[in-house]
Amino acid sequence: MPAVQETVARVREIDVDQYKYGFVTDIESDRAEQGLSEDTVRFISAKKGEPEWMLEWRLDAYRRWRTMTEPNWARVDYPPIPYEELYYYSAPKGTAGPKTLDDVDPELLKTYAKLGIPLVEQELLAGVQERRVAVDAVFDSVSVATTFQKELRQAGVIFCPISEAIREHPELVKKYLGSVVPASDNFFATLNSAVFSDGSFVYIPKGVRCPMELSTYFRINERNTGQFERTLIIADEGSYVSYLEGCTAPMRDENQLHAAVVELVALDDAEIKYSTVQNWYPGDADGKGGIYNFVTKRGDCRGKNAKISWTQVETGSAITWKYPSCILRGDNSRGEFYSIAISNGRQQVDSGTKMIHLGKNTTSKIISKGISAGRSQNTYRGLVSAHRKATNARNFTNCDSLLIGEECGAHTVPYLEAKTSTAVFEHEATTSKISDDQKFYCQQRGLSEEEAVALIVNGFVKDVLQQLPMEFAVEAQKLISISLEGSVG
Amino acid sequence: MNAEVRPIRTAAETGLIDAFERARSAQAGGEAARAIREEAFSGVVARGLPNRRVEEWKYTDLRALMREAQPIAEGATEADVSAARSLLPLQEVDALRLVFVNGAFAELLSAIDAPQGVTITPFAHALQSDARAALTLAGAPQGDAAVALNTAFVTSGVTITVAAGTKVARPIHIANVQTGPGHAAYGRVLVTIGEGAEATLIESFSGDSGGHQVNSTVGLTLGDDSKATLIKLQDEGFGTLHLATLAATLGARAELKTVALTAGAAASRQQIYLGFKGAKATADLTGAGFAGARRHLDTTLVVEHDAVGCTSRETFKTALDGEARSVFQGKIVVRPGAQKTDGKMMAKALLLSEGAEADAKPELEIFADDVVCGHGATVGALDDELLFYLMSRGLPKVEAEALLVQAFVGEVLESIEIEPLREALVARSERWLVARD
Repeated sequence: MPAVQETVARVREIDVDQYKYGFVTDIESDRAEQGLSEDTVRFISAKKGEPEWMLEWRLDAYRRWRTMTEPNWARVDYPPIPYEELYYYSAPKGTAGPKTLDDVDPELLKTYAKLGIPLVEQELLAGVQERRVAVDAVFDSVSVATTFQKELRQAGVIFCPISEAIREHPELVKKYLGSVVPASDNFFATLNSAVFSDGSFVYIPKGVRCPMELSTYFRINERNTGQFERTLIIADEGSYVSYLEGCTAPMRDENQLHAAVVELVALDDAEIKYSTVQNWYPGDADGKGGIYNFVTKRGDCRGKNAKISWTQVETGSAITWKYPSCILRGDNSRGEFYSIAISNGRQQVDSGTKMIHLGKNTTSKIISKGISAGRSQNTYRGLVSAHRKATNARNFTNCDSLLIGEECGAHTVPYLEAKTSTAVFEHEATTSKISDDQKFYCQQRGLSEEEAVALIVNGFVKDVLQQLPMEFAVEAQKLISISLEGSVG
Repeated sequence: MNAEVRPIRTAAETGLIDAFERARSAQAGGEAARAIREEAFSGVVARGLPNRRVEEWKYTDLRALMREAQPIAEGATEADVSAARSLLPLQEVDALRLVFVNGAFAELLSAIDAPQGVTITPFAHALQSDARAALTLAGAPQGDAAVALNTAFVTSGVTITVAAGTKVARPIHIANVQTGPGHAAYGRVLVTIGEGAEATLIESFSGDSGGHQVNSTVGLTLGDDSKATLIKLQDEGFGTLHLATLAATLGARAELKTVALTAGAAASRQQIYLGFKGAKATADLTGAGFAGARRHLDTTLVVEHDAVGCTSRETFKTALDGEARSVFQGKIVVRPGAQKTDGKMMAKALLLSEGAEADAKPELEIFADDVVCGHGATVGALDDELLFYLMSRGLPKVEAEALLVQAFVGEVLESIEIEPLREALVARSERWLVARD
């Protein structure tokens, strides 16, 4: 059982404070004035050297946001967020657009090395066998480095910070930005539209299979800042891209806000695979500190035979509020959602997906595995709907919850709406704890109780782990063991 | 920006306010009752009728369904009672019978030779003796619009008490018949089954095609080791708006079984609030529903496990034709400490026509770890292959469909033990399969 032993050993290595990404990088930063006003929006826009139309778009969103109220339907509970006391922009000094990696502050490179994210291309290239991943590293409000840009450019792929895309490819940004998640979509998305600072932009041209995995690594460092990233991925006809996203933050006693928007557009025959390993600081065992992760993610299968697949491993954040969704507009398009959401300590997770069937013969599949331990609350909330014209829509949903401990909660809130008789929706959900029989079986085969639980949990989430790219799957498996440390036995 | 925007009152809301204004001085129950009614009604006025934006009523927009408030029924004339005779279902079932025509008790149609250990008294008596107990539907959310409206207006109904250890052999049939021009009828049935007692209740709702508004509440309390079966036939006229709430609490080792057949009404909503208060009780809630044309059929239930080792099963099946719409909202809640809970909920909707719509929201809310809970929901059309198989054996399409639908809901109706009752409900469902109305 080498894999199991490895995970258990790994858990042991970690000391009481399990969160190993909790360090702070001491780096000077440039911040916007505290609070939020039209001036803040103008300041951010000016910092990014944005054209007038972009500023107008932001201001529209800002004015609209002022008229909106925070949603309260999710099963999460938190004190009011002091929007007027946050810093909406923070950037490491002297990184206003490093031309090459050599220009990047060595302190930042060290930070990312510590996080296990190599930003130095040479090292990567040396290992011939190694699979290469292009990385866009976002530190607080700005993108500090994007690797492999040259090679990607040769393939016609655009992979750059979104602020650069606004300047260099305004026609694409204008056409697609806000076309999946409109600026007026919801409270947090509207806030993001007003103050988003950075994030990744990806365009895969017609018929291109992206030569490597693309990845963005988000890091919140500065105190009292909110991170508002914006990601836009466009897969043109017949193209394919696999995109990974990772995130960490320092351990701090106060809560920090992360309100991101991710938009995916898949045109005819295109496929986007979007994987997330979310490991924001979850707060300590008593629920102090941690990130509020309020994210709007949505993919639009705009063309025929398009496919969008979301895979997420959610282990971090004090509060997770996110529903990566698929709008299945094109005929024969397909949406998939694979999720592992693990909550421990005082974490609160309210996550799920929406599959909106609009086109004919559209199919979707939802596999959600929730594990709650400690005193956490873990909710799956999902919608599957078929429009009157979505003939032959098919959905299969499976959400399973595993409870570890007596004080946690696991909830399932699925909505099924079928407006056509040709739709076939199937939904099943179960909630249980690790059965004593299973544990006994493993133990009488010579595994320790911890190993037995690790094995059973790994089996429980296997369906989802299989969907992750290789390196991520290994990492995610370890992360799961670490997240559950202290809850077993 | 949290100021709530008060929408303009609809005709129905204004009508209800007028009706309450007129009714309250004449209502029985004295000062205590008046205060409870005022409180319930003012809640409805403040919030307005529930609409799409109220989560519990998301799929059943009462504000849109209830165009106007019908006047409160003013009892039944002799003509009404004789008209009701032909509208009274399940007469072939041997039972104690309590018949309410337009909300008023019709002695002429009833048979109330209550056996030893069974006490049946008018609801008005309960109002006089303990208004608070009579007007608080224990176990249900008092602020829910259907419950609150019932509390504000209800004057008729019955209280049934089965003494401890009494096993009532004959079922007790409570029939509600609406006849004449459109009116509103509010009724409340309060049933207490004593420790170790057993009883079977039948509820029926029927009526002519007038635009009636029926709002019924049933409060059911099961003592330790008791056993109850509740069978409901909702066969209202197609102009009726039917709102019904069942609130049940179960003592230790109690057993409850409910079977509902929903075949009538323009729009109907059955709410069930079930609470397990003692260990090792079991509940089996089942329902079958049919709707065609533009009818609307809602089943909303909340099962709360608040005791150790209880088992609940919920099985609901609907078949839809035309542009009918079915709604299923089911929630299993397991409170902290309710270990060894076993809960399974299943909702299935069969769409027989292009325009039918089914919405389902099966929820689990679990705060204890040593539990086994699951739910399933399916929405779909009849299996083409099964249909083809039957048609290849010479059955016309309609008959083949009918056979398959009959099998689909069979699971629910077949479990009724009283034979004439089962046959009557099966016959009713067969009638629907021919008419598909």
